Amino acid sequence: MLKVHDIDVYYGDMQALRNVTLDVKKGEITTVIGSNGSGKSTLLRAISGILRPKTGSIQFNDKEITRTPSSGIVEGGISHVPEGRQLFPTMTVLENLEMGAQFSHMQKSAKKTMQEVFTFFPRLKERLSQKAGTLSGGEQQMVAMGRGLMSRPRLMMLDEPSLGLSPLLVSTIFEIIKQINESGTSILLIEQNVFQSLKISNHGYVLENGTIAHQGSSDQLLGNPHIRKTYLGL
Amino acid sequence: MDSALALQLLIQGILLGGVYGLIALGLSLIFGVMGVINFAHGQIMVMGMYASYWIFVLLGIDPYVSLVAVAAIIFVLGYAIQYLVVNRILDYPEAMQVLPLVSTGLILENIALLLWGPDHRSPQTALGLDSIWMGPVMVDTSRVIAFSLAILITGLIFLFLKKTTMGKRIRAASDNRTGAVLVGINVDRINNFSFGLGAATTAAAGCLLVPIMPISPYIAHDFTTAAFIVVILGGMGNLPGAMAGGLVLGVAESLSTLVLPATLKQVVSFTLLIIIILFRPQGLFGGKK
Ligand SMILES: Nc1ncnc2c1ncn2[C@@H]1O[C@H](COP(=O)(O)OP(=O)(O)O)[C@@H](O)[C@H]1O
Ligand SMILES: [Mg+2]
Repeated sequence: MLKVHDIDVYYGDMQALRNVTLDVKKGEITTVIGSNGSGKSTLLRAISGILRPKTGSIQFNDKEITRTPSSGIVEGGISHVPEGRQLFPTMTVLENLEMGAQFSHMQKSAKKTMQEVFTFFPRLKERLSQKAGTLSGGEQQMVAMGRGLMSRPRLMMLDEPSLGLSPLLVSTIFEIIKQINESGTSILLIEQNVFQSLKISNHGYVLENGTIAHQGSSDQLLGNPHIRKTYLGL
Repeated sequence: MDSALALQLLIQGILLGGVYGLIALGLSLIFGVMGVINFAHGQIMVMGMYASYWIFVLLGIDPYVSLVAVAAIIFVLGYAIQYLVVNRILDYPEAMQVLPLVSTGLILENIALLLWGPDHRSPQTALGLDSIWMGPVMVDTSRVIAFSLAILITGLIFLFLKKTTMGKRIRAASDNRTGAVLVGINVDRINNFSFGLGAATTAAAGCLLVPIMPISPYIAHDFTTAAFIVVILGGMGNLPGAMAGGLVLGVAESLSTLVLPATLKQVVSFTLLIIIILFRPQGLFGGKK
């Protein structure tokens, strides 16, 4: 459903992505792993229209979206749960969730969608009137994902959702990502938690210094000696 | 010290402070959303005052009545300034954002000079000379109305920001720009609207001042400065802080006339500014950035 074809992305003169090609198939979880600074977040920013690739193209459901503004990307069915969560800290949890539904077709079903969000994150229901900035890291991640779900995306992109969470919470988050996927949302997952993310995903890509160094089914990658050595320390 | 006089000054300070607060609220709103300090704020307010003045002189409509129409006119002016000037400088370093806005202020000021000359104008509005007793002190009715309407308008703006979708989008963009872009908010449109709303707010405050003080193009500077100081007092981008800071400045200026000649009013505001920057740079009530 998402086809990133041969993109180059720059910050000023510095090239952050080089000839990156990647596919996300409908109904699947696709994982991109890579060490710090390898360009993972840059890839998501390019897909969601915050950065413009210098060359190459991005298509979503056979529609060209390379030059579509961010609002159009969201409206078209891609949501981006960003690195660092980027919540609205002085707004309540409820307001943060509401802000996830910006377009009229999303607003019409917002009540229903919110109930679905609560089935994934029952804890949020108790926190609705609390300011997002006062929540714990794990709860903030839940709000970020909940807000991302409020646009009823067909593709959800998650940038290191497990970063900074306790091991127990990390497992919970991965479990929920799996559930979200099973409920019909395709997922593009960015992680440094290589083992757990490949465990729940169908396909994986390895980014190194802005280029795709390896790709394959998650099982293949988990069996790849280079990846085992570099990313799993085995 | 004469305690009745002190009480009189205190009350007058509070009343005018409410209007300062409203002016500063507009400035703080703009800063909160875009991180830009509107150095044309007082000039925009004066445009509102002239609009209100001419509507009164030509059509006989009282400034309190024409307030909504004037706010709407100045909203359009603000929207245009945002679209033509501010949008182009948002990514510049802060120091480089100053000149385009100061220039905008100068242009507005000179337009006012060209159109209406340097003379001070004070219209004889219906309630302009009335006064009422508040407990033991007598105050101008126009000041009481100005204060009450300033508080009412502030309340309406808070309600708007709290309850409406547009208001929530403005708060979201002010809280976290990246987050706002990512959920699909058209942040450029929010910028335009917020600048328009900030301008309309200060124009409304200007209308409240029309019956109280003479209008001239030259008073604009003082109000830009006063609004800036109030926003620093209250905390940059902190909206309730803007209203509180306005009251603090109003009272300080007013009480200072007990010991200082009124012409040295600005000494008070700058002294407050220096004290705040030295001891509590985040503002009395905390701010952003
Ligand atoms: N806003 C930015 N401006 C300039 N360079 C950036 C910016 N963001 C990231 N980079 C650089 O781009 C490269 C890729 O960064 P990023 O995509 O954030 O990596 P990752 O998410 O994999 O840690 C890094 O070298 C980083 O320093
Ligand atoms: Mg990253």
